[in-house]
Parts: sequence; structure tokens; C-alpha cells
Amino acid sequence: MTKQPERIFVKGNEAVARGALAAHCKCFFGYPITPQNEIPEFLSAEMPKAGGRFVQAESEVAAANMLLGAGACGIRAMTSSSSPGISLKQEAISYMAGSEIPAVIVNMNRGGPGLGDIGPAQGDYYQSTRGGGHGDYRLLVLAPSTGQEAYDLTIKAFDLTFKYRNPVMILGDAILGQMKEAIIPWQPENIDDEAGRDWSLTGADKREKRLIKSLFLEEGALAEQNRTLQTKYDDMQSYVEYEEFETEDAELVVCAYGSIGRIAKSAVRSLRAQGKKVGLFRPITLYPFPSEPLLALARQGKRFLTIEHNLGQMVDDVRLAIRTVADSEFAPIFPGNLPVPEDIEGPVLKCLEGK
Amino acid sequence: MARHLDAIIAGFGGQGVMLIGNLLAYAGMKDNLNVTYIPVYGPEMRGGTANCTVVLSEEEIGSPIIRRPTSLIIMNRPSLDKFQPRLQDGCVNIINSSLIDMELADKERVECHAVPCNDIADKLGNTRMANMVALGAYVQATGIIPLKAVIDSLPNVISAHYHKLIPSNAKALEAGAELIG
Repeated sequence: MTKQPERIFVKGNEAVARGALAAHCKCFFGYPITPQNEIPEFLSAEMPKAGGRFVQAESEVAAANMLLGAGACGIRAMTSSSSPGISLKQEAISYMAGSEIPAVIVNMNRGGPGLGDIGPAQGDYYQSTRGGGHGDYRLLVLAPSTGQEAYDLTIKAFDLTFKYRNPVMILGDAILGQMKEAIIPWQPENIDDEAGRDWSLTGADKREKRLIKSLFLEEGALAEQNRTLQTKYDDMQSYVEYEEFETEDAELVVCAYGSIGRIAKSAVRSLRAQGKKVGLFRPITLYPFPSEPLLALARQGKRFLTIEHNLGQMVDDVRLAIRTVADSEFAPIFPGNLPVPEDIEGPVLKCLEGK
Repeated sequence: MARHLDAIIAGFGGQGVMLIGNLLAYAGMKDNLNVTYIPVYGPEMRGGTANCTVVLSEEEIGSPIIRRPTSLIIMNRPSLDKFQPRLQDGCVNIINSSLIDMELADKERVECHAVPCNDIADKLGNTRMANMVALGAYVQATGIIPLKAVIDSLPNVISAHYHKLIPSNAKALEAGAELIG
């Protein structure tokens, strides 16, 4: 009999940090903010042991620009913060997208707007999926809902950021960050630590010089760069992940992501026990958005209810996905309230009655 | 019926409710259950109210946050006022009767256990182990996991600096369990 893999009991923040180390992340640039502090805390102790560098920067702006510098050198690097801190990083994120620099950015979303509170919320969906800074660009956005997914998707984020030469965001929230769960750590094989060898700035020794920039003043150059980026975003569309739960015979499909996705799962289980034909669709990639599988469900005549821990953001993407055949209702959970399954069961029942 | 129990553990900051929440969840993991633990802090670490929610289940855990729990450990009066009304009918309510008037326990509706946690901990020589007494009683009253799994998890949850206190913590867990019998 093979030995059961060892489970460890850690916060979602620590799962992200451990995933980064497993993915050979070599530089972390951080600045403290609740509810993500366990990421820099863990990495400040463990990163040096793994032969990497941990820097507590003087500000979020500095941390994001250090990330840009590391990425330009082809180094597997990460930063993490929470909502107000992520806003501060947006300038550098736009520059990274514009100059095609790989980097992993973690946002443990807290209540907003402004300083908001330190509790969970999903108010940063638009910011994450629409770029966030200035200019036309997109990030690949991954939304874990469990500690294990936080670990797995952080590993995946490093693959994807080098595959597409595009910043990748991991979008969690205070629930994911602060909750402890059992996870099974694993070590990916065949990591290419020099994935940036063909373009990164390594010192132009015995080779042509390279230039990484986001400023394109020559005639036609910016249009060409935007075309290149657009082609890349089109390519990314093939990479979608999602979870469907009890959708097969469902009359109504609840659409929810991240922590709200798992809370909705409890609600679906409890409503199923009452004989209600309800299912769950949980996008795991928020950009690219899993539009095709949603449209397939809509074509089966199902109805939709999107529930988010905000005032209605992802519902736009749900509606865009199914617009030719159906629409989605929406129910908010207000940032500042701690969400529970009852917050989802109520609107679902109302929606079922109102057909 | 699959094993499943969720608990809210609540008290003043400094009473160690987060520690026993961690310990319960860790022991559940050791006993091959799926577990979640989520803390909720008041504004201050000490003196404010603190509570955490633990879910233990043979099945995949959806929500780690529970409005109407199926068990409670209540270490102080404000927590009783806040959480007892939310406890589901007939479920286990471990009440620290050293600090809470048992007249306030809703004995008609839920299964209340008066556990003089501070008094027992005092007799064992360390009032700070009141939390362990409560957890021992809880594990015995609910039967969700063996007390041994909890005792065996102490080294994983108590920081290395305090490992010399593991035997006395184990005694406090046992004393709580014995009270329920």
C-alpha cells in the first residue's frame, strides 16, 4: 500500500506562499496589509532558505516596480497585497502588461471602497478582470475557493505568466486568506527556471542587446504592440477553468466565484435536500471568462442567478456570455457583511418562485 | 449518517478560543476528516470578543462560515447572549459556568453542559487552561472525534516555546472530558 500523502493544516495565505515556493518563485516583494500578511510573513522566513530573496519594500508602489524589474530579468517573482495596496500597484501592472513582463500578483480582496474594512469582499472583480490600470490590457485572473486550489493555482500562475509573458493575478479574499484547511502540498516537475532566456535582460554578453519597454513612439509601433497584445488575449481564451456542481438537471444555476462559490455550494446542497433543482457554476478563471460552458447551459433552457460579495460585477460577464439566449438575475451580498449560505438560499428560493 | 459537526467557539480575547479552535480542527484532520477553521477577531487581541468557526466533516466542506451552528463552546457571557439563540435545536452547548450564570442557559431548547472551566483549571494549577477543560468536555459530549486525537495534536498546535506545558494541557482536556463522563 502506498503511503497517504501528508496533509498540512494552513491558512489560505500560507497555501499561496507554499505554492509560490514549489513553483520556484525566487523573489518576493511585499508590503504589509491585512488580510494577506501571512504571505510575506511565511516567505520572509522560508524564501531565503529556498535560495530566493525576500524584500519588504518601502511601499506598495516600490514593491510593484521591483516586481517589474525582476520579471524583466526573467526571474520568477511575486508580490501580494490587499485591495487598497493593489490599487497602488496598478501603474506598474499596466507597464508590465504593456512591456510583456511575467509576474504573479496576489490580491486578498478586502472590503471597500477606500480603506473599507479588513473583512472579505469581491469588490475588485472589475479591477482585476478589466486590467486595473491605464490602457488596453488584461491580466490572467485565477480565483481559488479552497486552500488546495490556492496552492495549485499559484503553481499554475507561474506557468501561465511565463507561457503568455503576461502578469497573472490570483484573486482571493479575506476568507480564503484567513481560513485554515488541510492541503496536500506537491512538487511540480520539469519547471523551466530559464523560461525567459529568449527575451529577458541578463546582460548583453556575447549577444545582441535587448530592449523591454512600454513606450512606443515610432509611427505604427504602438498599434503593432496593441495588435500583438490582442492576439495574445485571443490565445488565452482557450485557457479556461470552471467547476459545475449539480447543473445537469438544474432549473436554476447559481453563478458565484471564489469563497462565495464554496458558500453557494453549501446552499445548493441544502436546497437539493429540499428537492429544489438548483446547481452551481463556479468560474475558476475570471479572465478568460468561461463563457462557452455557460452558454451551453443557457442553451439547455436553464435560468441564472449570479451572487457576488459586491454590488454586481461578474454578472456583466455572465450576461455577456449568455446574452443571445438568456439573462441572469443578480443578488448582492454587501461588502462589510460576513457571507453565509442563507444569504444565497434566500435569493435562490425567491428566484425559483418568481419564474 | 456521515460524521459532520460545525462549532462556534467564543469568548474574550486572551481566553484561548482561537487555540482550541485550531486544536479541534487539527485533531479532526488527524482523524481523517475534512476541516476548516476561520477566526473572527474584535478590534483588540486581548479583552475584546473573539470567536472562530470550525467545521469537521467526512464530506467536502462548502461554507466555512456558519450562521446556525450545530454546537457551541461559550467561554463568557457576551458570547452566550450572541450565539446561544443561533444554536440549532437540541444541539450541544458547552458553557463555562465559572463565568456564566447557568440560569441563562436555554436548557429547554438545547443540550446545555455546565462546565466550571476556570475553577477546574485553577485546581489543576493554571487558570489559563480553562479553554482546554472546555474542549475536553466538548469532545466528550459530542463524540465527534476521540479525545486521544486532540491530545496527540497538542504538539502541532502549541508553539514550541510552550511545549513544556503539553502534559498539563492534556490533563486539563482529560478533566473536562471526565466531567461529562
